[in-house]
Amino acid sequence: MRRTDLEPVLEARGISKRFPGVLALDGVSLALRPGEVHALVGENGAGKSTLIKVFTGVYQPDGGELRHQGQPAAFGTPMDAQRAGISTIYQEVNLVPMMSVARNLLLGREPRGRFGVIDAAAMNGEAERVLAGYGVDTDVRRPLRSLGVGAQQMVALARAVSIDARVVIMDEPTSSLEPREVETLFGVIRRLRDQGIAVMYVSHRLDELYQVCDQVTVLRDGRVAHTGALAGVERLRLISLMLGRDLSEVRSQGTTRFSRDRAGTGTGTGTGTDGGQGRRSPVIEARGLTRRHVLDGVDVSVRPGEVVGLGGLLGAGRTETAKAIVGALPLDGGQVLVAGAPVRTGSTTAAIRAGVSLLPEDRKAEGIIPTLSVRENIALAALPSLGRGGVVSDAKIDRVVEIFMRRLRIKAASPHQLVSELSGGNQQKVLLARWLAVRPKVLLLDEPTRGIDVGAKAEVQALIDELALEGLGVLLISSDLEELVEGADRILVLRDGAVAGELSGDDVTEERIMATIAEQADG
Amino acid sequence: MAELTTQGAGRVAVLKPRVFGWVQDYGVYAAVLALLLFNVLFTPHFLDASNFRTQLVQVTPIVIVSLGMALVIGTQGIDLSVGSAMSLAAALVVLYLGYGWLPALIVAVLGGAVVGAVGGALVAYVDVQPIVATLALLVGIRGLANVLVPQLVEFRNPDLIALGSSSVAGIPVIVLIAAALTLVVMFVVRRTTFGRQVVAIGGNRSASELSGLPVKRVLLIVYVISGLLAALAGVLATARLQASDPTSLGLFIELSAITAVVVGGTPLTGGRIRVLSTVMGALLMQLLAATLIKHNLPQSWTQMVQAVIILAAVYATRERATR
Repeated sequence: MRRTDLEPVLEARGISKRFPGVLALDGVSLALRPGEVHALVGENGAGKSTLIKVFTGVYQPDGGELRHQGQPAAFGTPMDAQRAGISTIYQEVNLVPMMSVARNLLLGREPRGRFGVIDAAAMNGEAERVLAGYGVDTDVRRPLRSLGVGAQQMVALARAVSIDARVVIMDEPTSSLEPREVETLFGVIRRLRDQGIAVMYVSHRLDELYQVCDQVTVLRDGRVAHTGALAGVERLRLISLMLGRDLSEVRSQGTTRFSRDRAGTGTGTGTGTDGGQGRRSPVIEARGLTRRHVLDGVDVSVRPGEVVGLGGLLGAGRTETAKAIVGALPLDGGQVLVAGAPVRTGSTTAAIRAGVSLLPEDRKAEGIIPTLSVRENIALAALPSLGRGGVVSDAKIDRVVEIFMRRLRIKAASPHQLVSELSGGNQQKVLLARWLAVRPKVLLLDEPTRGIDVGAKAEVQALIDELALEGLGVLLISSDLEELVEGADRILVLRDGAVAGELSGDDVTEERIMATIAEQADG
Repeated sequence: MAELTTQGAGRVAVLKPRVFGWVQDYGVYAAVLALLLFNVLFTPHFLDASNFRTQLVQVTPIVIVSLGMALVIGTQGIDLSVGSAMSLAAALVVLYLGYGWLPALIVAVLGGAVVGAVGGALVAYVDVQPIVATLALLVGIRGLANVLVPQLVEFRNPDLIALGSSSVAGIPVIVLIAAALTLVVMFVVRRTTFGRQVVAIGGNRSASELSGLPVKRVLLIVYVISGLLAALAGVLATARLQASDPTSLGLFIELSAITAVVVGGTPLTGGRIRVLSTVMGALLMQLLAATLIKHNLPQSWTQMVQAVIILAAVYATRERATR
């Protein structure tokens, strides 16, 4: 398939990009040749979006060389990249929703009649003709926003191609498409390929990559972990490349602070440590959580004292499962039971009252209240119980805040320091304290150690252990396989919004997680 | 990129240490004190009781309205409907004056609460932007008030007139009411669960939702309080005028109230409410206007100086936000 004889239309040679404190890209080389569909994969923070932004002129590289059709090129602005024939189709369509489909398609190149007036009839006719080729059959005079997301993406794609694109970069194009629309998209991609256009395809859905891509480049921690023909790379190897866990390297000996004692006493079915009690009934049970395009009938249950890991690639539905359980994601179907009693879904207030708390993934956007102090951030969720008749009791708050600041070793100048002035690790501990202060029965932890320093990471991991020992049910989401394996008694692996497998006992290993992710959907 | 800006802010904090922080926290108090001092020294008859009282009485409606406005702005919202809520209250209070001054006052204040409830419901439950929702009410409610009372109506109810003109221990009753309301709102913001939730929602709405706060209910109540306070200000202003004037009562007061909040150092980005500073902001603008007029500078000068103060306050507040 690969026409290696062809000169790359776009090439990165040893590209580096540094942000304060982070080397986002570290000597990345990648060549896009005409007529190839090139998959770009990698986990969060691998550098995919940074690389795309370098290719499209949003970022300027700090080192290395960008070459366009064999010549050194510098794209100072996104406009420069577009003029060079590089088009990007984003997850969210970036067109003008209120304008007609035809206007969007031909914006800036509308056919004009006498006096420079737009010839509407000619414009609509041309738009219909072009879109028919993309399987979009619609009234082109309607505003773009009245179309489905899939059709909107086709319009964006048609527009990109019609502006003489030589390279089309697609960032997660199928994330909100129906299966039928995905098929149409693949048809279009193949046609682009046959026309000699280079397509860069970014997606986490492995099935799709194998269907439509010829080449693959795996990024990990800002470096190229692998680049070459996709046909020669089996799924399991691709996943281990993405996750950075070489199959041969995985040893049982870890570096996390989880003590294996707790899990070690388990019988392989995920029993807690309350030895005499045997199998306890689940403290939380979620059944058939369903939301279109996101979750497809996920079942999760956690017993008291148990840490259940939620594994899977980015976009598999881990965060969404946690959010659904805590009522922060509207559901099309499903049920959540806490200690056997159903909880109203779609209401965080109801979930928290029932004893379910979520430590969100995005600390800044969904966690801390930056304008408030450490003390007030800790007390926030427990406020109703820290006062009487709607008046807060400073004494009660001080007591709770003191207990948790000491227990979690939160380092702050004083409880009255602004939370936004703390380090990431300490902010995370403040959020943990916020949740522990409401005395939950179940704690959902979404990437609890991401972006925090090593010391705080170990402390958080030790705390998770401790909480489970005290009888709390914990659902642990982590992209760090080692953390997952060593922290969890049992692991549910998600794929494309559904549970792909459950691992317990001796099966809780990094290899088994990766193998489960790699299994073909439906075989 | 985020880290870059943090570093920049850190440098600013080092270069402009304590002094700047002090200006941010107490600048408005210092400005009020300085103006008072200037007037005591250079303005003849400034300390005369009558002059001083006039100033306070004039600023009272703005103070009361800006208390509610501070709460709304603390949630990242804005309430443009306050002036119209005042005019509706003015209309209702004369219409129901036949039942006695107290029932009339209650009906008028409830009217304001309903205006706030409509705005709050649009904001909280229908997700209309605050500026749009309350703009609609700004236009519509004054229309309604004019339908109810088409022209200026004088009244002779002695109790209502007394409310507007009597004094206790030399201090006008309406000033005492404003002072009491200030204390109440300070207490609510600092010491109640509700007040802390208001601030948290303004600081980070999604985090508040995930923390189980009743976000929509709190937002609704905030607008109800704003409408209620505005209506009360409308009744007090009407009592002082001894006439109901829905056509012009409270015109543009939303701008004065927003000015007071901003000059007091409450950021429009929400998450922080400074109640006493807001009152000081209202006093500062009033005192400034009075001072310049007493020294024979035309009204237009006052406006330009006020513009400078608004910009200075916004600058100080913004620096604080990046601190």
